[in-house]
Formats: sequence, structure tokens, C-alpha cells
Amino acid sequence: MSAALQSSAPSACPACLAAPSAEALANANAPTEAQIALSVPAVHCAACISTVEHALKAHPKVKEARVNLTLKRAMIEGDPDLDADELVATLASVGYEAHELDLATIRSTATDKAGRDLLMRLGVAGFASMNVMLLSVSVWAGAADATRDLFHWISAAISLPAIGFSAQPFFRNAWRGLSARSLNMDVPITLAILLAVVMSVWETALSGHHAYFDAALTLTFFLLAGRYLDHRTRAVARSAAEELAALEVPRAIVLRDGVEHVTPAAELRVGDLILVRPGARCPVDGTVHEGSSELDRSLLTGETLPVSVHAGQGISAGEVNLTGPLTIRAAAVGRDTSLHRMADLVAIAESGRSRYTPLADKAAKLYAPGVHILSALSFIGWFIYSQDVRVSLNIAAAVLIITCPCALGLAVPAVTTAASGRLFKKGMLIKDATALERLSEVDTVIFDKTGTLTEGAPQLSNLGDHSRRDLTIALALAQGSSHPLSKALTFAAREAGIHPAQITEIKEIPGHGTEGRMGAQIVRLGRPDWLGAPETDATSAWLKVGDADPVCFRFEDSLRAGAEDTIAALIQQGRRVVLLSGDAQAPVQALAQRLGISEWQAKCLPQDKLAFITDLTQQGAKTLMVGDGLNDTAALSAAHVSISPATALDAARVASDIVLLGKDLSPVAEALVTAKRATARIRENFQIATLYNVIAVPLAIAGLATPLIAALAMSSSSIIVSLNALRLR
Amino acid sequence: MQILTLLIPISLVMGALGLVGFVYTLRSSQYEDPDGDSQRILTDEWDDHPKP
Repeated sequence: MSAALQSSAPSACPACLAAPSAEALANANAPTEAQIALSVPAVHCAACISTVEHALKAHPKVKEARVNLTLKRAMIEGDPDLDADELVATLASVGYEAHELDLATIRSTATDKAGRDLLMRLGVAGFASMNVMLLSVSVWAGAADATRDLFHWISAAISLPAIGFSAQPFFRNAWRGLSARSLNMDVPITLAILLAVVMSVWETALSGHHAYFDAALTLTFFLLAGRYLDHRTRAVARSAAEELAALEVPRAIVLRDGVEHVTPAAELRVGDLILVRPGARCPVDGTVHEGSSELDRSLLTGETLPVSVHAGQGISAGEVNLTGPLTIRAAAVGRDTSLHRMADLVAIAESGRSRYTPLADKAAKLYAPGVHILSALSFIGWFIYSQDVRVSLNIAAAVLIITCPCALGLAVPAVTTAASGRLFKKGMLIKDATALERLSEVDTVIFDKTGTLTEGAPQLSNLGDHSRRDLTIALALAQGSSHPLSKALTFAAREAGIHPAQITEIKEIPGHGTEGRMGAQIVRLGRPDWLGAPETDATSAWLKVGDADPVCFRFEDSLRAGAEDTIAALIQQGRRVVLLSGDAQAPVQALAQRLGISEWQAKCLPQDKLAFITDLTQQGAKTLMVGDGLNDTAALSAAHVSISPATALDAARVASDIVLLGKDLSPVAEALVTAKRATARIRENFQIATLYNVIAVPLAIAGLATPLIAALAMSSSSIIVSLNALRLR
Repeated sequence: MQILTLLIPISLVMGALGLVGFVYTLRSSQYEDPDGDSQRILTDEWDDHPKP
């Protein structure tokens, strides 16, 4: 690391000079307090809350910390120089994984104006309906004549403004639907509410017996409840998905006349010289102009081994620079990069995916015209029979109110909310509204290897083979480096209680390894070809002390937690499990055997994965793709439904329907079961709603439906449907 | 029937009070973290004295 800093020092100087003025500018309007938001996916109970809050508050710069369990998020206030990375480390030390979140992105969703607006309307409708119900019960109990009329007038005085305020979302949606010349679910709802209110006012004016004010209000209340549940499920998913998107900022450092400029990646030109520091992702396709280093290509190709590059060699956008700073001459920028060609592949894949019609839409398509026809027919029938507009309109209104989709409006949102809540607790975020329904149909599960079934980070596998002296030397050399193998070595050695040896003059040789001096001896840790060691198949780093033979540190990619259980559970559920990886033959085969996956393919290009899934889809299989890399994005969007871990690249997360928030893979198998049960509940709820209509509609058409019967039928069906959904929890 | 002149205003006022209470809880962000609130009552952290 120190070598990296030294070698970039001459070019960094101008930036250093420029920095103070920028700092001064920032300080001029800097807030006196810093606010930081962290996503903490693992909190789940009261003990977690106090552990996390205590750990954060113990940090000297933190003034206030509060955990929001619903959003699995911690908000921290503290000194202006508070650094999120320190807090992430603090939480890691008490055993909680945390990610920093972009505050600006969160703020737009945190207040959730639409949600509050719906809740306010729901509240108004609720309290108004309670009051009106009180008056209606007295009427049903036998209030007559002037008393009844008085009660009806008071009901009208409460209902008219309450409905005018609360039912606005339905009115607006219905109007939008009508102006687009389509019948959505809100058209019959609006018609029922308006007709009920108008008829009731008319009846009240003529001192009639029946008024439907309570029905209109409870209808609004139950439907708003469904709407709100629906909104909440989506808002939580949306804000969390945006949180993940806010983690990466596309910027690049351009060298112009030897001076560094930080530029948005969108403004890069072909021919620009771009500096990519160790740990940064390359923003363009190009050739290495200066410097040598190693590249991590795992997100693009699935390869686990870092690849070394030197001046003159090609580099693609999306690859991560590991050891030394690289200067790159851009050959393709923006839309022409290999990254974007991958995105084009996604577009092609998406256009090929058959659009899924959710169950609720299928129901609405049958329902909306049916209700109108039924209501119109009963009006015509009664008008021919009785020649009385008032009676016929009353019946038509009753039919509309009775058939109004209270239960139907609650049937889907209540179940999705219960199921999403359950899965969210397990660490899964449902991004797409229909993902649960599609998930329930899955029969084939396709996994990516690197970063999905494995952690994508190497682990030292032969610590025990080495002498303590070698380990202390290796640790001293490795601890300063940001190379993944060095990090893994450092972690493993520290776990084993090793202390670093006294080594001086440590410097990182980009593309090769780290070198230092111990007494009179030169010690080196690095690639086998640098140290004259034999090439091996496995991922390895070698240590050479003086003139002694180099010793080998072997690494393997560790399995993601829960991977074994998940695969076993999926196979036991009778699903076909396939492993598709861009990695070499040997590691893929080893992993497949270890997990008991019989079908696997190595060295898959993104196109191969896409073709594999398209073939399966054409054969009628319903596929679930689980992947994290850019090479998976096309496959993710082509699959019937897709899951990606939170560590995945932005593009992969956007392409997938469900995001796995924690490190554990085991929620996947459970999600399939939950989804199946959820869809079964949705169907049950539709059956309940249909049964209710079959009983209630003939009564309404026959003119036997009194406001009391309407209220009873509507409330009971809504409550039954909600309770049925709650069985999922 | 005279009692109605008393009872109806009372029921209306009580309903209005409930609504005002609801609006207050909504405005003061008491529905932001329902899961957290249900868990927080289980901690014994502020049992001896209220949070300052």
C-alpha cells in the first residue's frame, strides 16, 4: 500500500494543492453535525437493538444513534468528521454486518409522503365510519320517522366531506383509467361509492328508509387499508433497493497535462488518460499505458484468480484494480464499453421474457366489466318490472356496493404483505410486486458460482503447514496490502494469534507482490512466477525468505453460509439444480461435487448462460436464476424470476426481482416454500371473495339487501380474507 | 328523546378527539418503526428512570 502511495505521489500533488480550497469551501457551509445512515441487515430483536445502539454510542464521535428495526437501519448523529467506515468497523466488532447508505437517496424515501397521505385518509375514513356506524346501528335498531331522518342527515354531514377527502385516490385512478379508455378496478369502486352517496342523500331528502352512508365509508376504509398495505410493501422494498443503488458513485480520475481531475464517468472521452487506483473499478475499456498490477475479473467473468497486467495489455470496464496504480488510455467509453454491451444483452433478454400477468389483474379484468353489466341489468330489469326510477336505482346501487371488491382489494395485498414481511425478517427483499407469484412456479434453480454459492473472497486453507516463523513474516508482509490474498492471509494469521515479525523497508511491487528486509535477508511474498516457484492449479501466494525455497500458501474460495443446506433442501424439494460458472473447470467441478450438484458447466460466457436459460424456458421450465456478477445480468433478466445477493453489482441487483440482504443463502429455499403458500392463500382468498359474491349478489338483485346486510357481508368477508392472509406469518 | 341532544354531540366530539389524536401520532412519526417499538418495550434499559 505504501508503495502505491509513493508511486502516485508526483501526480497526486496537484490534487493535494487543489484539495484545501475544496475543503475550505465544504467547511464554509458544513453542518455542525454529521448524519450517517447505516443498513444493518442482521438486527432482529430487542437485544440486537441495544447491542447496536450501545456499540455506536460508545464511539467517541457519536452523539446519538437510533435503530429502526422495521427498515433494519441505524441513523447516527455525531461530529462533522465522523467517518462511516469507522462505524462499520465498530459494528463488525460486535458481530453486525453494516453498509453505509447515501443520505440524499434515503431522505427522498424516508419521509414517505405517499404512505403518510394514504394513512391519513385511512384514519379519516376509519373515524368517520365509526361515527356513522353508531348512528346507523340506531336506525337498524328501529329509530323511525324524524329521528331516523335526523340520524341520516348527521350521517350525510359526516360522510360527504369524509368521502370527499378519503376516496380521492380511487377517484383519481378511475379518472386516469377512463381517460386512457380502460376499465380498471377503481372504476367500479368509484361508481359504487358515488352512487351510494348520491342515492343515500336522495333517499334521506325523501325521508326514505335505507341510506348507505356507512357502507360507502366502510368500503372506502377497507379498500384504503388494502391500498396502504400494498403501498407499504412496495415502499419498503423500493427504498431498500434505492439504498443499495446509492452505494456506488460513478467517478473517474482523468489525467490532463499531468494534472488529476475528478470527472463523472459519463464525461470521459476516447483517448483520455485515466488513473485507476488500487481498489477502484475501471470505468472504461482501454489499454494499460503505464504501471503494472493485478486485476480482479470475478464480477465480469466469474474467474476467482487475479490476473496480472502490464503496460500495453487490454483492460475492460468493470474490472477491479488490485495492487498498483494503473494509467489507462481509454479506447471505448460510455455506451461502447464491454460493460454496456452486457447491458444491451440484458435488454435483449428482457424483451424475450414473456410478461407475467399478476393474479389480481386477471381477476380485475373479469371483474370490472362483470360488475357494471350486472348492475346495469338489474337497473333495467327492475325499471321494466316496477317503472320506478328510484327503486331501480336503489337496487343498482345496492348491487354495486355488495359486489364492490373489498375482499378482492384486500385478497392480494394482505397476502403479499404477510409473505414479504416474513421473508424480509429472513433477510430477503422482494423488489417486484409479482415476484412471489412467479417464485411459486419455479421448478429449475440455476446458480452462479463466484460470489453466489461462494463468498467470492479467498480463505487460507493450509495455515497449519507452516512454521510459526514463516507465518510471522508472511503476516508482516501481507498486512499492509489491499490485495485479496494478502487480506485473507492477514485475517487467518491474526485469528491464529500470530504477531507480525520485525520487517523493514516493506514495499509493494505492483503485479508481483510485497518485498521487505528482515535483518540481512530479503523476504518476498507474491506470485509464483515472481519467486521462481512452480505454477499450481489452485489460487496461491508464495513466501521466499532469503535464498530458501519458496513456501506455498494455498487459498480456496469459501462457501457462502447456508449454501450446502440450500442446495440440499432444493434437491429434496424435487427441483432441478444447475451450476453455471465462468470460472475454470477444476474449481467448478470441485464445488459441484462438494454440494452434490450433478449438472454443471464451467467457462460459461454471459451469452452461454442466457442461451441456457432461454432454451429451458422454451422447453416450458420455470427458472429461478441466482447470481451476482455482470456476466449473470442477462441470465437474471431472462429467467422467470431472479435473486441476487446484496454484494452483487448494481446492474445485477437492478436486473433481479429479489435481493438477498444478509450473507446467508439459506432463505432461498425457504422463499420458494413461502411463495408457494402465499400463492395458495391468494387463490383461497379469491375463492372466499367469489363465494361471498355468489351468496350476496342474488340477494341484492332481488332487492333484499338492506344496508345492514350489506355492512355485515362486506365486513365479514374482508376480515376473513385478512385473517386467512395472516396465517402465513 | 331529549337525551339525544346531549348524546349525539358527545359521540361526535369523541370521534373528533380520536381523529385529532391519530393525526398527532401520524405527524410525530410514531408509525415509522412499528417492529422496533414492539421490541423496545422489552428492554430493561430505562426501567429505573426515564430516558433523559
